[in-house]
Amino acid sequence: MKITLSINRFDPAVETKPHREEYTIDVEPTYRILDCLDKVKWEIDGGLAYRRSCSHGICGSDAVMINGVNQLACQILVKDFKKNYIKIDPIPALPVIKDLVVDMDSFFDKYDIVKPYLITKTAPPPKERYQSQEDRALIDEAVNCILCGACSASCPSLWSNDSYLGPAALLKAYRYIFDSRDDGAEERLDVVDSNDGLWRCHTIMNCIEVCPKDINITWHLSQLKKRCTSREL
Amino acid sequence: MIHKHDLIIVGAGLAGLRAAVETSGYSDVAVISKVFPTRSHSGAAQGGIAAALGNEEPDSTEWHIFDTVKGSDYLGDQDAITLMVNEAPEVIYELEHMGVPFSRTKDGKIAQRQFGGHTKEVIKDGVSKRVPVLRACYAADRTGHVILHTLYEQCVKRNVHFYSEYFILSLIIENNTCKGLVAYNIKDCQIHIFHAKAVMFGTGGYGRAYKVTSNAYANSGDGVAIAFRAGIPLEDMEFVQFHPTGLYPIGILVTEGARGEGGTLLNKGGERFMKNYAPTVMELAPRDMVTRSIQTEINEGRGIDGKDYVHLDLTHLGAAKLKERLPEITGFAKTYAGVDPVVQPIPILPTAHYSMGGIPTNVYGNVLADEKGKIIKGFFAAGECACVSVHGANRLGTNSLLDAVVHGRRTGKTMNEFLKTAELLPLPSDVGEKDKAYFTKLFAGKGTENTDNIRNTLKLGMTAKCGVFRNETDLKNLLGTIHELRERFKNVGLMYSGTNFNTELMEVIELGNLLEYSEIIILGAIERKECRGAHWRTDFPKRDDVNWLKHTFAFKTDKGVKLKYKPVTILNYQPQERKY
Repeated sequence: MKITLSINRFDPAVETKPHREEYTIDVEPTYRILDCLDKVKWEIDGGLAYRRSCSHGICGSDAVMINGVNQLACQILVKDFKKNYIKIDPIPALPVIKDLVVDMDSFFDKYDIVKPYLITKTAPPPKERYQSQEDRALIDEAVNCILCGACSASCPSLWSNDSYLGPAALLKAYRYIFDSRDDGAEERLDVVDSNDGLWRCHTIMNCIEVCPKDINITWHLSQLKKRCTSREL
Repeated sequence: MIHKHDLIIVGAGLAGLRAAVETSGYSDVAVISKVFPTRSHSGAAQGGIAAALGNEEPDSTEWHIFDTVKGSDYLGDQDAITLMVNEAPEVIYELEHMGVPFSRTKDGKIAQRQFGGHTKEVIKDGVSKRVPVLRACYAADRTGHVILHTLYEQCVKRNVHFYSEYFILSLIIENNTCKGLVAYNIKDCQIHIFHAKAVMFGTGGYGRAYKVTSNAYANSGDGVAIAFRAGIPLEDMEFVQFHPTGLYPIGILVTEGARGEGGTLLNKGGERFMKNYAPTVMELAPRDMVTRSIQTEINEGRGIDGKDYVHLDLTHLGAAKLKERLPEITGFAKTYAGVDPVVQPIPILPTAHYSMGGIPTNVYGNVLADEKGKIIKGFFAAGECACVSVHGANRLGTNSLLDAVVHGRRTGKTMNEFLKTAELLPLPSDVGEKDKAYFTKLFAGKGTENTDNIRNTLKLGMTAKCGVFRNETDLKNLLGTIHELRERFKNVGLMYSGTNFNTELMEVIELGNLLEYSEIIILGAIERKECRGAHWRTDFPKRDDVNWLKHTFAFKTDKGVKLKYKPVTILNYQPQERKY
């Protein structure tokens, strides 16, 4: 079958603003959108820039906006679309390096801010630290985050204030604050319970809509909010 | 631009990051990675990491050692295997202390599941028998993902310096001493020199030479090819593991943990065919055996609807267990194959998965200059790109993450000692010139050959003629194809000559690497006239311990590739017939 991809092209080195290019290619219904991008690059335009690696939704490299929705190009197939005209853009709110490749430095700077690592105040035991299945269940979803950036780039609160930590960084804060082995909750809460932190989440829930790992991010952020509120009482 | 560091680690998967954790704080460490660290392919490992913790049932390191030796078809070096297995519990506890969110047993310990080839001894009616054991420590079916992220987090905590999206081009080695490397920044194609007292490779495997593969785009064996070009031999390259269960048709990994949890393999008649091949352990035989069994069913017309796949049936496990233990592959099956594993069997076929061979090292992570054990000063390697050899002719499932973490850590310790006295040695005057000239030639845009066309011919050939079953006629024919492709590659061209995030350039360099090492896989396979582990010659259908119980060492010479051999280290376990 034939499909047409309309791709946002932009090379800041030689252009002042983006333009769109259309590519009509032969594909199979089972092709991933990533396969379609490869086909364009390999057969028509070698300059088309996008990131990718694992090609099955675990490395988080290829979040792009497809028909207006942030998703992984490797996790959606041609047959998942009703029409054979598909629009592809970079994920918004981050500077474009080229075409579909965005500069994720600010995204990872925010990740670094929330102290994304286990903080403990006691020496480890000779074997593993014990954790009940119930306690592990509290972080079951949060540990699945692949840092693709689809959520943060879909968040209107972040669009209007780019110093907002955003859903991905806050989810990481949750992942450790609610880990029964962690002793760093207070210092991490100091970071998230701030002007550019948690309270900028207005439960718009775009993040849940777009998360390729089906993480209910807003629920996790609401648990963090509860934790902050109870801390202040 | 020249950057100076004490230590440069190339690759940010489990081996590289574990080494970075070990060395940061002692030296000025920087990590170079062609992808952002958490995108590394260790993150795609699903089922578990092996250690005889005995959390679920009695287990012993001695059983784990024996299983690994037998699994390797006796080509694994028993000194290295013993060290790795004995360190396994310690490194797992360490990972847990760093924050890895393992799944848990009812009493809060690290949960463990069964995996192929991992067994315990039971004595029934006075007869000793080996049956599957719960040894693989896991986090649902996302074990690699959670370990990768935890190690990256530890690097953030330790302020490790990362050069993300830098791609290595060549090593700087003079007088048997490594002085650094040449890389370029993918964002702007600028060449950078990294001057260092020590370099470590944790650059991953070489599965991308195959059409059907579970490997990421990034797994183009860059480190292996670059080391070879720098004059370092490669060990046991002909041993490529084909994982039994790749999702049909593209080969995405479906974890062996699915069979560890009770999944069965069925042919078109609905027959559980593994009973004909490995009656005691059935679907939990080692990967090479299960893969050959599946391929035999397919080749003899017993694939589903006569096509080239069989079924992995998980329907009897129930929705709750699939959600708890195997959520990731349940999602893959729905997304890519359109089947719901709760009610439908999953179509699977063997897929190129793991590289047993690679850059030869000793058990301390020093890279070897020859088959006699001489080392290259200042150059280290660990993980899938390295060959210690702990996996021999066939790796057991869950031993790969263990290998990466144990040897990342061991190599880190070795480098800490080395760096106490090592110095920054003067670089050659023409450093980086060859790479710059190559870039200039490519950007001049005169080449007419197409990257994808050459690559696709290579990958189809490797899967068809250097795959699960091999024979001399096919291999020699394929070698001819590779020689033609290498000639054509000299005239490869770029469509896009801009320098801003030029991924086409990256693909050209990767293709050069694929061609470099594929030839060595084929040469090793032609020469090795026996069946051992993952290397199966239909024209020499038996293992031959008299002539072939030895490691292949491939050297680059002026007259082409030269093969030499190195004896296997055997301690407690003499080779015996491998039955399950």
